[in-house]
Order: sequence, then C-alpha cells, then structure tokens
Amino acid sequence: MNRFAVPMAVFAALVVVLAIGIRHSPQKGIIISPLIGKPAPLFSLPSLNDPAHAVASGDLKGRWYLLNVWGTWCVGCRAEHQMLLEARDAHALPLIGLDWKDDDARARQWLAQFGNPYEAIALDHSGRTAVDFGVYGAPETFLINAQGIVVYKYVGPLTRDVWTQEILPRLPGHAGGSS
Amino acid sequence: MRSRGTILRALVVVTTITIMLLTARAWAVDPTELPDPRLQARYLALTHELRCMQCQNETLADSPVDLAADLRREVRDLLLQGKSDDQVRAWMVARYGDFILFRPRFSPRTAWLWLAPGVALLLGAGVCWRIVRGRSALVDADSEPVDG
Repeated sequence: MNRFAVPMAVFAALVVVLAIGIRHSPQKGIIISPLIGKPAPLFSLPSLNDPAHAVASGDLKGRWYLLNVWGTWCVGCRAEHQMLLEARDAHALPLIGLDWKDDDARARQWLAQFGNPYEAIALDHSGRTAVDFGVYGAPETFLINAQGIVVYKYVGPLTRDVWTQEILPRLPGHAGGSS
Repeated sequence: MRSRGTILRALVVVTTITIMLLTARAWAVDPTELPDPRLQARYLALTHELRCMQCQNETLADSPVDLAADLRREVRDLLLQGKSDDQVRAWMVARYGDFILFRPRFSPRTAWLWLAPGVALLLGAGVCWRIVRGRSALVDADSEPVDG
C-alpha cells in the first residue's frame, strides 16, 4: 500500500494542476487582452471614404462604439460580414472599421460588393494602430465605451451569440441581454 | 551490394543535411541591420525572446509573417529611441500580455511556473536519498554476519 501512496499523490497533484490549466483557458489559443479595462490606444488615421477627414479616437469619445479590425485579405472577415450588417441595422452602436494593411481600392470594392456596415473606416496601412491594440489576427472586435475604455474584445468572426450574449448586455440600457 | 547501399545512404544523409542547412539560411527572415553593433546585439536578443503572436511557437526573429515584421520594426524603433530592454518588453506586454514573452516575468501569477522545477528537483532528490539510504541499510545488514 505504502509503495503506491507517493506515486498516487503525485498523480493526483498533476491532475489538479492540469485541471486548473484547462479551466483557466476558456478558448483554446485565445489570448486575453491586457487592454481590457484600460483606455483604448489613441489613433488618428486617414478615412477610406472621406479623404479630407481623419478617423480619430478623440472624435469618438462620448459614444460607445465597436472597433472592428478587418481586411479584404482576411477570410474570417468575409464570414462575419453578414453579422456586421445585422449589427449595423440593429442601431445599437456605431461600427468603426480598422482596415488593417489593406489595399484601398480592394477595400472599396469589397464594401460595394458586400455592403458597408461601418460608420467610418480608418486605414491602417502601416499596421501600427493594430499593434497598439494588440491585434494578432483579423477579424478582431473591440467594444469601447463613452470614456474610451476597452470593455470587451472578441477574436475571430463575430457571431450572433457573441453579439447578443457578450456585446449587447454590456451596453448601457441593455441590461436584459436580449436585443 | 552492401557497400553500395552504405554509400547511397551516406549520400542521402549528406544531401539532406546540406538542404537543411541551406534552407535554414533561407529562413533567416530578418534583414534588419542597426547602425550600432551593440544595438544590433540587443535587437537580436530581444527578437529571439519575443513571441510571434500569429504563429505562436515562433520567435519574432524566426517568423516570416507580416505581423512579426511589424513587431520587429517596433523593437528596432524603440531601441533607436534609446529605450532599455525592459522598456521594450514592457511596451510589448502592454499590448499583447505576458504571453508575448518566451521567458515569463516572475510575478504572483507565474511564481508556480518558476518554482515548480526546483520543487520537483527537491522532491526527486528526496526520493533518491531515501532509496539510496534504504539500499545501503540493506548492504550493512547483509555484511554484518560476514564481518562478525
């Protein structure tokens, strides 16, 4: 009996450690953003549709908005596009697009073909704003509140479940969670 | 026949190693050269200990993807601005979290990660010591009647 006590105890300890590890990784491969609860990075970038004006984080203060990082080269962005159009039509909050390392002409063509869900589109040609936001793979979506604080981040194509269960309940006046 | 087979096998091994060495050079994806060799050394050290977030088991230095190039550019610019290695690491962690560091910092959250190997070593040493002591006690017990 004594012979097995120590190996069994070691095995039990290993099981506990691994169980904790599994429980603390809610989604495989998803990295929790250190930006949550912190002010969103400042940016001022050229606008896709309005070359005369910049899309700037300062001008967005005072409103909740979704910052959606996308690109025409991004397969997942095509997958979430329908959901973005639905989100636009729900009029819950404005969608701001961050077009990441993309070609302007292609971006215009994409929006003409599939519809434009965005109120404004910031062009991040250099990729520096995306790095400031800790983006590592489009599409990524940030929920930013009226004070400019990052409230929530979602990595991957936006789904209806994420929209109704994660984003809408966080908005002021949407305490119930249903749209 | 046998010697021909051996030669053939040796040829295959040599060719394989040559190809591996050549492609290894091709995989050196980062052409960045900083003006100061000391900066360059720090740049190489940093890019080898920061993770490419897109292909998560490669370092920034080894990864050919776009995002790694963007992050290398940031490392280069921060070093040229005179930032310290710790400031560069902090800059990365502020954006991508602890995960970007291949060598995690010591913090309450990572304490077990750093301490576990030492604890495991001590436990192993303890087990070894007990076994050795048990065996030597047996030897003593055996040798006693012979001596006496």
